[in-house]
Amino acid sequence: MQERSPSLLDELEARSIAILREAYFRVSPLMMLWSMGKDSTALLWLTRKAFFGAVPFPVVLLDTEMELPEVYDFRDELAAAWKLDVRNELCPPEASIDPSLPPATRAAARKTAGLRALIDRGKYRGVIVGIRRDEQATRAKERIFSPRAPDGAWDVKRQPAELWDVYHTDVPDGHHLRIHPLLHWTELDVWRYTQRENIPIVPLYLARDGKRYRSLGEKNITNPIASNAATIADIIAELESTTTSERAGRVMDHEAEDAFERLRTGGYM
Amino acid sequence: MNSPSGERPAQLRVVVVGHVDHGKSTLIGRLLHDTGNLNEHRLQEIRAAGERRSVPFEWSFVLDALQGERDQAVTIDTTRIWLRLPQRDLVLIDAPGHTEFLRNMVTGASEADAALLVVDADAGVSEQTRRHALLLDLIGVRSAVVAINKMDLVDYSEARFGQIRDELAGMLQRIGIAAQTFVPVAARDGDNVVRASVNMPWYAGSSVLDAITALESSLRAPGSLRIAVQGVLRRNLERIIVGRVAAGAIAVGDEVLISPSRVRARVRSIESWPPDGRTEAHYGDAVGFTLDGAAFVDRGDVISSPLGAPAPATEVRARLVWLGRAPLTSGDRLGLRIGTRLAYVEVKTLERVIDIDSLAARDTESVHANDVAEVVLKSRDVLAIDTAGGHAGLARFVLIDGLDIVGGGTVLAALDAPNAATNDLVPVGHLFDRDQRAWRNGHRGAVIWLTGLPAAGKSTLAMLAEQKLFERGFQTYVLDGDNIRAGLGSDLGFAHADRSENIRRVGEVAALFADAGTIAIAAFISPYRADRDRARRAAGTAFHEVYVKADASVCEARDPKGHYRQARAGTLKDFTGITGDYEPPPHPDLVIDTSVISPPDAAAQLLEYIERVVRLEPGATRSANA
Repeated sequence: MQERSPSLLDELEARSIAILREAYFRVSPLMMLWSMGKDSTALLWLTRKAFFGAVPFPVVLLDTEMELPEVYDFRDELAAAWKLDVRNELCPPEASIDPSLPPATRAAARKTAGLRALIDRGKYRGVIVGIRRDEQATRAKERIFSPRAPDGAWDVKRQPAELWDVYHTDVPDGHHLRIHPLLHWTELDVWRYTQRENIPIVPLYLARDGKRYRSLGEKNITNPIASNAATIADIIAELESTTTSERAGRVMDHEAEDAFERLRTGGYM
Repeated sequence: MNSPSGERPAQLRVVVVGHVDHGKSTLIGRLLHDTGNLNEHRLQEIRAAGERRSVPFEWSFVLDALQGERDQAVTIDTTRIWLRLPQRDLVLIDAPGHTEFLRNMVTGASEADAALLVVDADAGVSEQTRRHALLLDLIGVRSAVVAINKMDLVDYSEARFGQIRDELAGMLQRIGIAAQTFVPVAARDGDNVVRASVNMPWYAGSSVLDAITALESSLRAPGSLRIAVQGVLRRNLERIIVGRVAAGAIAVGDEVLISPSRVRARVRSIESWPPDGRTEAHYGDAVGFTLDGAAFVDRGDVISSPLGAPAPATEVRARLVWLGRAPLTSGDRLGLRIGTRLAYVEVKTLERVIDIDSLAARDTESVHANDVAEVVLKSRDVLAIDTAGGHAGLARFVLIDGLDIVGGGTVLAALDAPNAATNDLVPVGHLFDRDQRAWRNGHRGAVIWLTGLPAAGKSTLAMLAEQKLFERGFQTYVLDGDNIRAGLGSDLGFAHADRSENIRRVGEVAALFADAGTIAIAAFISPYRADRDRARRAAGTAFHEVYVKADASVCEARDPKGHYRQARAGTLKDFTGITGDYEPPPHPDLVIDTSVISPPDAAAQLLEYIERVVRLEPGATRSANA
């Protein structure tokens, strides 16, 4: 047998496709969260590869009505072009959120509440989410198939074993699984893949007037970074030399040392 | 080392294991920093957090990002750390040392290609060191670098380093792990982490980083085809079978075997989106394909080549790590996930538990949490079984109790495979010695005797057939003028008597190869019928005469070695076809006319014949031999 050394992107892609198919065959009803960011859009592209052009489950936007206008435009264009079953889930107002949380964290908590309501209503057993281990320290601890209690809580201290690619997908009624097909990717991998596969992106990622968004969140809690990267190739070059973290522009990550962990334990993505 | 496309090669994933206080996190923090990979933002965060608590900065803080960990000062779950290096990316999987969190260590290790084992030079090898090494083997991580850390606490003593190295080397060897490098390290100060240590001038070997980057991925899976079927996707009227190629390769036109039903089918198409016209898929690919005919395939089935297929069995011996809260006892009923299949098993026997201190096996009546044990499991249904020594990827399983994962392990042996054999296998009671070899190889031995004029294409055909057979998992070997005349026949010339003697010897050797279970392909002009008949007598029913036919004029026009020209010029004597006679076989088993078909088509024709005559089905072996 001829020896082949697979490329980094081929290996990442194959693993993600296998995870998506495993989710599809084992978990029902199933849905995918799509924030229109580069990660969940790459995930949609991988889904189309896994299912030969189709996206065989609903694609959900947790809408706080605070996304940037370019993001909404991108959603509408791609939904039509890729024939997506997009569900827009309006999140509860900020007034209904725990007032002890810092302000930006409160905005993120609206999404958690919206997601919980949607899961309850649709009786979903699986939610596919495009998070990556390299984004944030607590996400680094995640499983690929990660069980959640009925209130959405993540018990990081009692996670089940996950061995090889023999995934465990059985959860009690009322519980659900977060499924993370991009967990093993890095920010740079996603950009290299987006470039190789020619996947569409929200134009806000590209620099205009010396600024660009490195990570897309709601307009009131996300800041652009100084950058002259006007193409994906520029972004890749920029990332190859940077030592600042991807979520540095996300306000909620810095409000309190444990803010993100508290969010995630409570069911945030 | 770049892939053929020129893209970055796949990352190397290294799990970092060892006793809880031996300094894994410090070593990782230091590796990050000294390779220029430490994120400035994160380092600032960590320094600031330490200052708020009035705790002096330690490198391990880099990893202890969770509140719970900082409070308890232990790593409770695996985390991933990316090291971007010039050649390829390295992913460090930080696994917890604490026995209580063993399931997390096992989870981390199951994703790794290799291991970095950290041992405290002062404290020495501990129970956790041994347990982790044992688990690495169980999980399938068999190559490791050992960092003997905290050398500053033992005055950088070469003697102490040597003592621990020798103890560990013996232990790892007994377990079955190849430790390539032992590195004396003081991680806190960076000695021998990335740069050489000024404190240990006696050590001239690699740094930890160099030793890791020199490791090859242990994930390569050569061998014949394996795909655990994830499911079937319908597109219009097509049924696209999907799964990841766990070993080998699959191509349009290949014959495959579906287990456990053991039905054969041929691959009609390889599917991809967007369509790119591919006709094959390799190890690691997430493939979609369709089969000819009405063969029924479902989730949980295993696709293999017809040869070396997984054994059908209901009873297996397995080695496992038990993670359940309640002890495991014989008679327990559990779910078993293996490949993509879910089966139900009963624990028939608890054979032994591996003692962590001595690594010796001892008898047991129950297996407790975090024990490594060998057990016999009995399934209600027939399973397609691979073993750890063969297709390791599909020998791995997890055990389920209710909704919980309670263990994981690998199959060591299928205990009742022959009894479960279906009608395409020879019953055990009828085996004699040669058939046992055939059983082991998955096919019969044979002599495939290619005869024909010089330049008829015998050697080309032999080499193509040998390559294809090898790829498909057959035992095969080509005997031709080049490897016979150089040694076995080096005392012989080209006169009639010498040629006869040469062919006699080849015939005898080929017969021995066939008896040993190999498909010997002999490519010789062998012009005389009597010589070929003698070779047939040597090999008996295993002999197959193939006439590689081509018109003399075609052969002379090809003349790749210039022999025809020399014979015409009179400088080459006794050249068959010009100055010597060729006696064509009156009743060959197969005729391949290379003057009308291309070499690949000729090879395909020959392969089809060989596969048919060496197949293990009763009756098929002799039918083609006129």
